[in-house]
Amino acid sequence: MAKVLLLQGNQACAEGAIAAGVTFFAGYPITPSTEIAEIMAKRLPEVGGKFIQMEDEIAGIGAIVGASLTGKKVLTATSGPGFSLKQEFIGYATIAEVPIVIANVQRVGPSTGQPTAPAQGDMMQARWGTHGDHPVIALTPASVPECFTLTIKAYELSEKYRMPVLLMLDEIIGHMREKIEIPDYDTIEKPVRKGPRVGPSEFKAYEPDSDGVPPMADFGTGYRYHVTGLVHDETGFPNGSPAATEKLLKRLHEKVERDIDKITMYEEYKLDDAEIAIVTYGGTARSAYAAIDMAREEGIKVGMFRLISVWPFPEKEIAQLAQKVKVIVVPELNYGQMVGEVKKAVEGKVPVKPMSKYDSEPISPKELLEFVKNL
Amino acid sequence: MIEMRLSGSGGQGLILAGIILAEAALLDGKMAIQSQSYGPEARGGASKSEVIISEKAIHYPKVTKPNLVLAMTQEAVDKYSKDLPADGILMIDTTFVKKVPDHLKNVYHLPITEKVTAELGKALFANIVALGAIVATTKAVSVESITTAILHRVPKGTEDINKRALELGIALVAK
Repeated sequence: MAKVLLLQGNQACAEGAIAAGVTFFAGYPITPSTEIAEIMAKRLPEVGGKFIQMEDEIAGIGAIVGASLTGKKVLTATSGPGFSLKQEFIGYATIAEVPIVIANVQRVGPSTGQPTAPAQGDMMQARWGTHGDHPVIALTPASVPECFTLTIKAYELSEKYRMPVLLMLDEIIGHMREKIEIPDYDTIEKPVRKGPRVGPSEFKAYEPDSDGVPPMADFGTGYRYHVTGLVHDETGFPNGSPAATEKLLKRLHEKVERDIDKITMYEEYKLDDAEIAIVTYGGTARSAYAAIDMAREEGIKVGMFRLISVWPFPEKEIAQLAQKVKVIVVPELNYGQMVGEVKKAVEGKVPVKPMSKYDSEPISPKELLEFVKNL
Repeated sequence: MIEMRLSGSGGQGLILAGIILAEAALLDGKMAIQSQSYGPEARGGASKSEVIISEKAIHYPKVTKPNLVLAMTQEAVDKYSKDLPADGILMIDTTFVKKVPDHLKNVYHLPITEKVTAELGKALFANIVALGAIVATTKAVSVESITTAILHRVPKGTEDINKRALELGIALVAK
């Protein structure tokens, strides 16, 4: 039976993980993400899973990488300072192709910053926080129901492409409570990992199918293979030749690139006849809906392109948007991050105006309305 | 749409009160959003819990034009009643609040903590008394729904005393 509840974004994220079939969480609690750990600690034993509070955030992500290799669906959750610590293993899980999901509930930074206040300052860290060339999938929910559905989606993508998926919440969405209809978890399709089709003796751990993704064998089931952060070939053993290096890096990028249309998610709000487009995401989108409704009452033709998947960035869709509108406004709770990507995609066709706020308060609908009116 | 801010000091149970109020609104078949802001402390420090109730979808989760501010400490009045319009309701706990801004016309002086301590023996139920007063004043949710929502949230064995706290709050504004 579906249930109607008043839940926090963080709670909905934890419940989404349970609904997707997560049975392992390791992490280190940090405001404003703590509720995710707290709920997983309570819920996982109820579904036969395990929760471990590790000594720090690095160990938390290390443990989920290991658990994922045994076939478990896994989660860790953190905020800014912990997200910085997790970067190394995000890169490791990318090159070793281990499906993991990391929720980052953003607060004011850098460093300890303002633990209880919202920000969207980790958007570029999500893209480039771990070193080297790599693809990234990052999703930004803008409501409590979307925290639930996007968490399930994160597992679908992470299992399908064998890579880390980042859930980029912010304090606004993580801590607000609103109505959510939670379906019966039996009715939710659990993302399935592609397993080996040959026996252990013939199995090559990193030999991809035509989709660029190698089938994955669970540790402990008789399949033995080498997992490394070094560049490797199909066998999983290090191979540093230029050919093997290029082959692996190209495949890691292309398995995501070729499916970019399937991965890209966005919402258009009152954009049909819009002359002004607001491009935003997460908690700031809530201000935009309200500001747009107020502006429309005054006859101002404004709409929103809401990024749901922020990485890979929907360049094609933003380029098309630039053909339809006269100006693009990018409000965000940082000194200007995603606005740079918007500018890149727009290629100077229309003006792109950042609306940056970094005083620890959300952008109010009135502030955004005033900004739009003064363009 | 009705926008309410429940403020006081960390530990007075105002975040829980806000959650209960929002859950009661859902029981009434309305939309509701609850949010909060607080300092890094677990106890003490100014704390606020905001609730917006509406028949329609609520986009922005924070209170921008409060219809009601409940203030359970002097710091909360000073910090969180600034944006209350002259005709908005300010509800204060006179146990802790001594000074009220001059521009406000609609002030309810309620001895919440004093009364609950005298009648029920514990200050602990002050948040539920406050909910009674808020519901009786604003009719934001039905008495039936707030009762159900309270009983759903409080520890087993405390149902009766919480019901009495609610009735106490309703009676405080009836006089």
